[in-house]
Amino acid sequence: MGDYIVLIISCIFVNNILLAQFLGNCPFLGTSKKMETAVGMAMAVIFVLVMAGAITWLVFTFLLVPLDLTYMRTIAFILVIAALVQFVEMFLKKSIPALYAGLGIFLPLITTNCAVLGACVVIIDKEYNFMQALVASFAYAAGFGLALVLFAGVRERILLARVPRPLQDTSIALVTAGILSLTFYAFRGMV
Amino acid sequence: MAKSISHEFVKGLWQEIPPFRLVLGLCPTLGVTTKMEYGIGMGLATTFVLVGSNVLVSMLRNVIPSKVRIACYIVIIATFVTVVELLMQAFTYNLFLTLGIFIPLIVVNCIVLGRAEAFASKNGVALSTADGLGIGIGYTLALATLGAFREILGAGTLTVWGGQKVLDLVATFPDFQPFKFVVQAPGAFVCLGLMLCLMNMTGKK
Repeated sequence: MGDYIVLIISCIFVNNILLAQFLGNCPFLGTSKKMETAVGMAMAVIFVLVMAGAITWLVFTFLLVPLDLTYMRTIAFILVIAALVQFVEMFLKKSIPALYAGLGIFLPLITTNCAVLGACVVIIDKEYNFMQALVASFAYAAGFGLALVLFAGVRERILLARVPRPLQDTSIALVTAGILSLTFYAFRGMV
Repeated sequence: MAKSISHEFVKGLWQEIPPFRLVLGLCPTLGVTTKMEYGIGMGLATTFVLVGSNVLVSMLRNVIPSKVRIACYIVIIATFVTVVELLMQAFTYNLFLTLGIFIPLIVVNCIVLGRAEAFASKNGVALSTADGLGIGIGYTLALATLGAFREILGAGTLTVWGGQKVLDLVATFPDFQPFKFVVQAPGAFVCLGLMLCLMNMTGKK
């Protein structure tokens, strides 16, 4: 049990997927202008990443390794993720319309979110077992969500501040992200 | 406006240089630019994928049904990424190990998919090749600049290729104190932010 707690803390804080590993930065900057879209994106990523982490682990362990096709990993994973996103979208549209309306436009974007593919590849590289893979993918996604929501809060305040002309928009957002990353840096050495 | 090959090539070098003008493909930009060498390696790998996928997409643009085009593009891109992965393992193994996860992640680099969707699917093979080359080389230049900036400040050295130091400030000036913050994770964001600010100051919208 203790191992899992260490794993969760390390995935959420120490190796935060956005701020320490630099994965998923395009949606990070793209959807953080408003709190609402940030929360929507965070939920969609948590939803998809947990499933993608589990499925890609199964595909890798029971399909690619026995067939000696591990070099096909990138193609196989991106296909799994693309198909998964499509299925989730169809399923939600049909059976949980309320959730679909909330996640709606963020779902298709997730296919090209490097946080999802990146987390799946990291999990395989670290040779986790199935349970660890499941916990790690949830924790990575939670870390993504946490950083995104925190950042959206900060960014809404920046809108009210007077920013020098050349620094406006993305530029000041990146500098702010650097400061946020610095706070997460403090967790280093904890695990 | 008539589109010329040279125009499509040159626009990627300054006018639309990613990631400064088109804010796309940020993850590798932040992740691998701790040394100039890594920036160049990553840029070249992306250029290869970009040119390959642009050529193939533009050749197949009349065959691919528009409803499943994104999925087709992703498969084409993933194929080229696998080629790059295998080539790098064979010829530049150390660089492959350093860049690590960012090589498979070229698949989801928005620049590559963006060019396939926005350019190659609407234009001929020659124009698409020029576009891919231009954007790719522009991306390489951008990564190399950011890498050089961070390496000189953060480590006091400059490595262009193969681990050889072109410049070694620490050896030349023993008093030089590298500013470690710049090569660590938070520094990446701040440096890129300042770089964007510089680009905004020089360029006109």
